[in-house]
Amino acid sequence: MDTIFDIYLLEALINGLLFGGVLALLSLGLNLIFGVVDVVWICYAEVVMFGMYAIFWLHGVYDLPIVLAALLAIIGTGAMGFLVHFLVISPILGSAPINQLLATGGLLFFLQSFATLLWGIEFRNIGLRLPVLQWGELFFSYARLLAFGIAVIGMAAIYLFLTRTYMGTAIRAISQDREIMTLMGVDSRKVYLVTSVVGGSLAGLAASLLVLQYDVHPFVGLSFGPITFVICVMGGLGNMVGGFIAAFILSEVISIGGFYAELEWGYVAAFVLFIIVMFIRPEGILGKKS
Amino acid sequence: MADAILTVEALTKRFGGFTAVDEVSFTVGQGEILGLIGPNGSGKSTIFNMIAGLLRPTAGTIRFQGQSVGGFSPNRICALGIGRTFQIPRPFHKLSILENVAVAGYFGQGRRVGKAEAWETAARALDMVGLAHGDHASVDTLGAAGLKKLELARALATNPTLLLADESLGGLDESEMDQAADMLERIRREMGITIIWVEHIMGVLMRVVDRVMVLDHGELISEGLPADVAHDPKVIEVYLGTDAGEVQASVGAAG
Repeated sequence: MDTIFDIYLLEALINGLLFGGVLALLSLGLNLIFGVVDVVWICYAEVVMFGMYAIFWLHGVYDLPIVLAALLAIIGTGAMGFLVHFLVISPILGSAPINQLLATGGLLFFLQSFATLLWGIEFRNIGLRLPVLQWGELFFSYARLLAFGIAVIGMAAIYLFLTRTYMGTAIRAISQDREIMTLMGVDSRKVYLVTSVVGGSLAGLAASLLVLQYDVHPFVGLSFGPITFVICVMGGLGNMVGGFIAAFILSEVISIGGFYAELEWGYVAAFVLFIIVMFIRPEGILGKKS
Repeated sequence: MADAILTVEALTKRFGGFTAVDEVSFTVGQGEILGLIGPNGSGKSTIFNMIAGLLRPTAGTIRFQGQSVGGFSPNRICALGIGRTFQIPRPFHKLSILENVAVAGYFGQGRRVGKAEAWETAARALDMVGLAHGDHASVDTLGAAGLKKLELARALATNPTLLLADESLGGLDESEMDQAADMLERIRREMGITIIWVEHIMGVLMRVVDRVMVLDHGELISEGLPADVAHDPKVIEVYLGTDAGEVQASVGAAG
């Protein structure tokens, strides 16, 4: 009795960890953009949704190899990041934050409706069946393991980009003091665009991991968009390390809550934890007091 | 002043109904150190911000090396060769000391440079101001004087021909102030950089500058050699006050 119980709990813990990797990747993209451009992309999960559709069409319908389809989706969402910044954010950069929120919020509904118009509301699956791995008495979904591994690699690549290149260093620096950067010859508009493209590409990477596990439909963004915002706020909005930590804490809470009760109760527990953290540290785990 | 590097004419900045800078005109000669002094709120920083491109002038012209640069973006002005430091140092706390300066060395040249060249530029600038840079030391290990040196090194790493040095030496002790003054003099001598030095206390500045201008409520009230300005009744009235005797003694009799 005891051993079986422990093994299921261990499985829940590991699944939480694996789930956390994808959530961390999602929050990284959102935090990166917010930290630099200072605008929250309410529509970030919808960019992910478009990435998922891209893979569905390229792989599921046109039979391109999954890796190629994923690469094209990443390029596509990167281009989408460019367009979102260039067409929507950049004209309102100087206006009140509430207007920026409303604009990206409006874009969320636009993208959802656009996808509905183009592809209807059916749930679509890429039809890729990945095996379930068995290790001793533990069972893991190969899709989750793969998603976790690629998410970690993606985050490591972003880390190297941010620490080893001058553009990355400028991105880290501009999130701290945008005025000073321009005095050092940095064209801030260019940094914003590069950041938006990188953030968009991360949405594409997340899309290629999510599409392995979930069906795609125009409203799929709602199933992981809100939790991504909660992660970012709990970690300290704009703080990438804080988001990383919060992603794993919340995914474990969800997974363990799901183990003891229903998955929905896991989400309830996660949001309760979020509210408690916000009472204790309104600026987030690693956020700075403003 | 045959070859002026910077010519400012009737420069004006209004914020709503408040005139921060009122038709200020001056020129800076190649290789000169020009002192710009005035009480807090007299418009010194506003003038700097307009030259550096952080503020758009309401009226007036700014010509740098013959080119009209008023209203240019800061990164463009930086690329043309104007560097600016801030009164209150604004380092990037998330970056190391060397990274702080290397960013300026990489982006501030107005042309594409290699990674190695940017590091070398940064190392040279740090040597110039006397900050160690061997390791990835954190910015947070620096004290007030060290942060000012870092601020200066960042501006130098952009390879300016004109340096706008906003040096409130208020936070430093006397020997640190002397060091800062000597450093600006050395930057001019060894790197051939023209300097405008903003300050709100006169003492140390008067020893180093070639000419000095005094601002009060956005207007230029006096301009000339340090010794003349220190004896200008208008300057004594609005600015020097009780310290007049001390400053006059340090710069000698009027010429």
